[in-house]
Amino acid sequence: MHHVVLDQWSRRASPLHRRDPRSKIIPLLIFLVVLATAHRLLPAISAGLFAMLCTALLWARVPLADVLARACLVLPFTLVFAGVSWIAGDPARAEALVMKSYLSALAVLLVVSTTPMPLLLRGIELLGAPRFLLMVTQFLYRYLFVISEEAQHMRKAAVSRGGSFRAAAGALAVLFARSYKQAGEIHNAMLARGFQGRFRPLSAPHFHAADAAFLVCASSAPVILRIALERFV
Amino acid sequence: MAPVIEVHDLHYHYEDGTAALGGIDFQLAEGEAVALLGPNGSGKTTFALHLNGLLRGRGSVKVCGLEVNKENAVVIRRKIGLVFQDSDSQLFMPTVIDDVSFGPLNQGLDPREAAERALAALERVGMASAAGKAPYHLSAGEKKRVAIAGVLAMQPSILVLDEPTTFLDPPAQQALISVLGGLPQAKILITHDMPFAQALCTRAVFFEKGKIAGEGTVSELVERFGWNGNLRQ
Repeated sequence: MHHVVLDQWSRRASPLHRRDPRSKIIPLLIFLVVLATAHRLLPAISAGLFAMLCTALLWARVPLADVLARACLVLPFTLVFAGVSWIAGDPARAEALVMKSYLSALAVLLVVSTTPMPLLLRGIELLGAPRFLLMVTQFLYRYLFVISEEAQHMRKAAVSRGGSFRAAAGALAVLFARSYKQAGEIHNAMLARGFQGRFRPLSAPHFHAADAAFLVCASSAPVILRIALERFV
Repeated sequence: MAPVIEVHDLHYHYEDGTAALGGIDFQLAEGEAVALLGPNGSGKTTFALHLNGLLRGRGSVKVCGLEVNKENAVVIRRKIGLVFQDSDSQLFMPTVIDDVSFGPLNQGLDPREAAERALAALERVGMASAAGKAPYHLSAGEKKRVAIAGVLAMQPSILVLDEPTTFLDPPAQQALISVLGGLPQAKILITHDMPFAQALCTRAVFFEKGKIAGEGTVSELVERFGWNGNLRQ
């Protein structure tokens, strides 16, 4: 499969990978709030936050250039709104949109590429997110791979028979139908193994002193950076 | 020996009105292994789904003396372990060990005991080394073995396996024969693999157009229906 890069990165070994998911989720939220509410000196704050993220990515031993490129995936959406702002005569807003969306995506990618999705979801659950929502996310994530693999097989089959865009559109309909069928089969498989509406976890993550120390440092770093820049520059 | 499964006059129609089962009478004795043979679409899987209440038709289905109905579903699903045809539908948890522990945890075992059972089941099918892997990283044959382990971990009284040898290479098929042959449980094997059925089953039932068209030993039915596992002669 060619679509498991993030998952592979998340299963690497580094001090950042070893941290409890909660100690990464909380700083991420703080980072996003600091970024979203920054107005004055935004370019300088963005540069500082960008440097922080790059340092963390290097520390996590994930390929920096690849992650930076992947974060660009948000830009096509953002550029539309940035373009509208630019045309409306507000270039500063356009720049802010691009900077904030790119850095937000990069921060999320940092957490996702250093935390396996099951642990990440478990961390979010332990922080009080609704279990039902997380269950749906877990299934979406799990079957994204199945559907993606299915789609790759269907694409290969279409291409090998001289497939066209019309054929691809038809394949999409088939893919949806197969996904729907599979959802029913998953439900049956769960019931057959005694599922009664609640997932029972095999183990819970443990929050150590090192996680607490990381949580404090990672949460305070963007706040200190912004305060320092706004006060002294 | 006392029957562990008793089915009497079972009828089932799909939502579009197609008759899937037309008056099935069937018994399975304690410790007995029976092969369900017959062409695709003859009702074998539909029949199996009635045994733990995933489908409900007209007629009587009893498992270990209990009528299969909504009230008894939870108890009956502890007694019957069903391995589905499509392993992707059965492996829905984030990691192999989580998936194999899913059934034991639902049976009320504490996490440590559930993990021990899961590891023992994985050991039995030669997949202990994959315990920490994500299911989507496994090959089709490995997924099948993990799916079988998921059911073995529940230690059911009856095993129902739908096409268990699909995607397994010959050594893995041999290993599965050894594993299943060593289990004391009563078994129903839905299969097109005649050597596999012959190695494990003392009795076979031939399904055709939703009805039982014949019963006997595997070789008798192969002879009688010209059923060599590939083409009808």
